[in-house]
Parts: sequence; C-alpha cells; structure tokens
Amino acid sequence: MTIARQEMINQLKLIVDAYTENKTALEQINEQTDFIKDLNINSANLVDIVLDVEQAFDIEIDNTSMERMLTVGASIAVIEEKLAAKKPD
Amino acid sequence: MPRRVVITGMGVVAPNGVGLPAFRTALRLGKSGIRQQPILEQLQFSCRIGGKPELDDVLMASYLTPLELRNFDSSGILYGLMAAVDAWKDAGLPMAGEENPDWDSGAIFGCGSSGVDKFRSSIYKIDALQTRSLGSTVVAQTMSSGISAYIGGKLGLGNQVSTNSSACTTGTESILMAYERIRSGKAIRMVAGSTSDSGPYIWAGFDAMRVCTFKHNDEPERGSRPMSASASGFVPGSGAGALVLETLESAVARGAKIYAEVVGGHINSGGQRGSGTMTAPNSEAVQRCIREAVLDAGISADAIDLISGHLTATTKDVTELENWVTALGRSGKKFPYINSLKSMVGHCLSAAGSIECVAAVLQLHEGFIAPNLNCEDLHPGIAALVDPEMIPRQLISRPVRVVAKASFGFGDVNACIIFKNHQPV
Repeated sequence: MTIARQEMINQLKLIVDAYTENKTALEQINEQTDFIKDLNINSANLVDIVLDVEQAFDIEIDNTSMERMLTVGASIAVIEEKLAAKKPD
Repeated sequence: MPRRVVITGMGVVAPNGVGLPAFRTALRLGKSGIRQQPILEQLQFSCRIGGKPELDDVLMASYLTPLELRNFDSSGILYGLMAAVDAWKDAGLPMAGEENPDWDSGAIFGCGSSGVDKFRSSIYKIDALQTRSLGSTVVAQTMSSGISAYIGGKLGLGNQVSTNSSACTTGTESILMAYERIRSGKAIRMVAGSTSDSGPYIWAGFDAMRVCTFKHNDEPERGSRPMSASASGFVPGSGAGALVLETLESAVARGAKIYAEVVGGHINSGGQRGSGTMTAPNSEAVQRCIREAVLDAGISADAIDLISGHLTATTKDVTELENWVTALGRSGKKFPYINSLKSMVGHCLSAAGSIECVAAVLQLHEGFIAPNLNCEDLHPGIAALVDPEMIPRQLISRPVRVVAKASFGFGDVNACIIFKNHQPV
C-alpha cells in the first residue's frame, strides 16, 4: 500500500470517528471496511461523511459517485478520481 | 373499567429554573426568569424582554451525543428532550435496552413549530443553491414531530409516539391525550408535555400583532403582569415541561413516587363563533370546557383549591376570571386561590401548558400556593369578582387537594385538566 493511500485511510478514519460508536471496529479500519455493516454508521449519516470528505479534500462529489462510497476503498477511489480531475496537468 | 392514571415523574426547562429542583425553588420564591434580550433590541422589536432557559454546553452534552450536537440548532427539541429525559429518570424508569423498544410506553409531546433557527439557516443555504450540502438532520430538526421522535429514540419507546399542536393549549392538551390513552388501556405509561423554541423568529409574529408588552423594556422582571390593572400585553417565553403519566396499578407495583392523580379534563373549541375568533376565545366554550372537566373528574366545583390560570397579562385576563366565576359558580371569598406562572416566566406559548402543569402538580404535591408577581395593582374588574386574598402575592403554605389548570390557544381552542392529591391507599 502506498503511503498516500494509508494517509487517506487515516484521514477518513478521523472523519468517520464522529459517526460511529463502534470504536473497536474503527481501530481496524482498512480498505475493505464497510461504513454501515462494519462501523454501524446510520445510513442517513453517509451524506454527512461525504460533505466532510468534500471539505477535507477540497473536492466536489457528484450524486453518482456518492452512491459508490459505501466502503473505505470505494471512497478512496472516488477521492482519487476527483483529485486527479482537479489537477490541471 | 377505565384505568386510574397518576403522575410519577416530572421534568422542566423553564426561564426561571432548569431542572425540577431549581424550578421548584424559583416557584416558591417567586423568582422571575424574564430578562432583557439584546437580540430583540438589535432587531428593533417593540418588546425587548423575554423568557429563555439558561443552558450551557456541558449540560447540553449530557443529553445529546457529540454527533447529535453537530449542526444542531433546534432549541425547542433540546428543551423538550431534556425535560422528557429528566421526567423519565425522576419516575425511576430505565431507558429501553439496545435491542427492543418498550412496547407499553409512548410519548405525546407537543410543539407550535419546530427548529425555527435550523429552518432559517437552511432556507439561506437553499437560496444560495447549497441544498446538496444541508446535511442529514434538517428534516428531523424541523418536522413538527421532531420532538417526539427525539424523545422516542432516546427512551426507546414502542407505544404511540406523536406530536400534538394546538397553539398555547398544546401542553395541557398533550397531558390529556396521554391520559386518555392510558385510561383506555392502550398504554401503561406515556411521557407527555410540550416545548417551544426561543428567540426572535418564534416571537416576531406576536410582536408584530402588538400583543407583547413594550412598556417594560427597562424593567424586565416587572414586565409580565397577569391580572394587573397595568397589564399591557404578554412577555414571550420558551422552554419545556414534561410529565410521566402511568396507570396507578403500574406505579404502585413499581413502588414509584406518586405526585398526583389526573382525575379528568376536557378539550374543546369555540368554533370561532360568538365571541370567539382566531385570536380570542369564545367565553361560552371556555366555561363549557371547565364545567365538562369538573364533571369528567367526578368532583364538585367546590373541591377545587387552586386554579392555575392561563392568564397571559392582556385585557383578556378579566374575561378569563369571569369565565371561571361563571363556570364554577364561585366568586368573592368562595373563589379558589388562583395564580399565573406567566408572571414569572412569561408566556411560553406551546410550552406554557406543560410548564404550568408541572408547577400546578408541584404545588399540589408539596402543599403550597406560589405567589403572583406584578399584580400589586390588581385589575378592578377582577377585584370586583374575586376576593383579592385569593390572588396571593406571597407564598402560602397549605394543603392543596385539587387543582384545575386551563390553557387557551389561537384557533379558539381550550383545554382544562384536573389534578388531585393522591392519597396512599
């Protein structure tokens, strides 16, 4: 795993911390972690997580991409796409 | 056979006291919770005083999780939730476990509107084309049933969980609705009560109608003057009151403390006919409501020791006294004691009925009659009907067996409830 990816997981972990009571599962967070199934996050809060991600990475996430963001790995993929699209080069 | 219904827990978030012990002390001492509200001055209101419960972040954090407090901006839901949770704990009841709701317990908890500050900030975002970033809690905080939904979730209630709304009658109505549900055997216990947001966006409509006083901006504690000759409009207030109602059988089986028994009541409307309008009560309906409540309670009108009036500090106070005199057939020295909590907390609007019911039940349970503030110049129209001694300005310690509490609201709606001292069998 690249350092950049691990860094992204750490950033997501910080964001998600506010929305989960399951701190044990949060400690084990990895790319396979499912927000609802593994972290018991209320599905209504997924939209809040996406808003926090937008702010943290200074990106905008469209509704279709948002639908994919159910796991940590899928979220990182979306974030990477949006960051890449943002770069002028 | 209808079930007997008793009150086993109470909670209150009032401008003159947050939590039952503080409120009880304020009530006995006649402590005013009316203060200058700088925001009302900034916004150039006519009335620049109001009643707002004093809370701090530490207290709030003991009722809502950090996640719940994120983007939270609904003072009414906060007040109502605090009062309801306090009442539940006061009744010695546990929160339902993680898995199953408590099927026998429900809530009827009213409000006039919900989360007006949250609604306001959302509207600014929507108009700035930011709907996508409103976050997930706008609906929960601004739906009318937000308050009962928050309470139901905190306590794990599995019976009926509803919000009622009937303007300034809301609080008294909620208790009567909960009473009916238990009496008819559909629930064993209910949290009943009501709440109202604080602040300019709730109070503005009343200020615009010129029904709030603008004559006491420099002396807030003297501003709310029910039954006074110099009453010149109500002082807006806010907060919440909550009562746990439960079958006598359940209360006795649990060994719960019993504050009082709800023995009956009545809810009606004047239909905005006769003297009734959108904003003024039909006196015939008010009298009928009181008489029906007494009848429903199976008591004699002479048994009433104390009236907890609606009495907002407008010219309608005299009319209210006339209605009590006519409905009960009691006047002069034979009139019961009467007081208005609004002299201490202002008119808490949709929360008024429930906060005043908490005050009424405290007086009944502890055997005292709270003072009326600011009626040293009793209105002559009232003095002509009722012996001024029955409108105490000092605390009176004496047994109180039966209290009648009435509330009236916009839409020409009325509610009257009768509380009786519970004698252990």
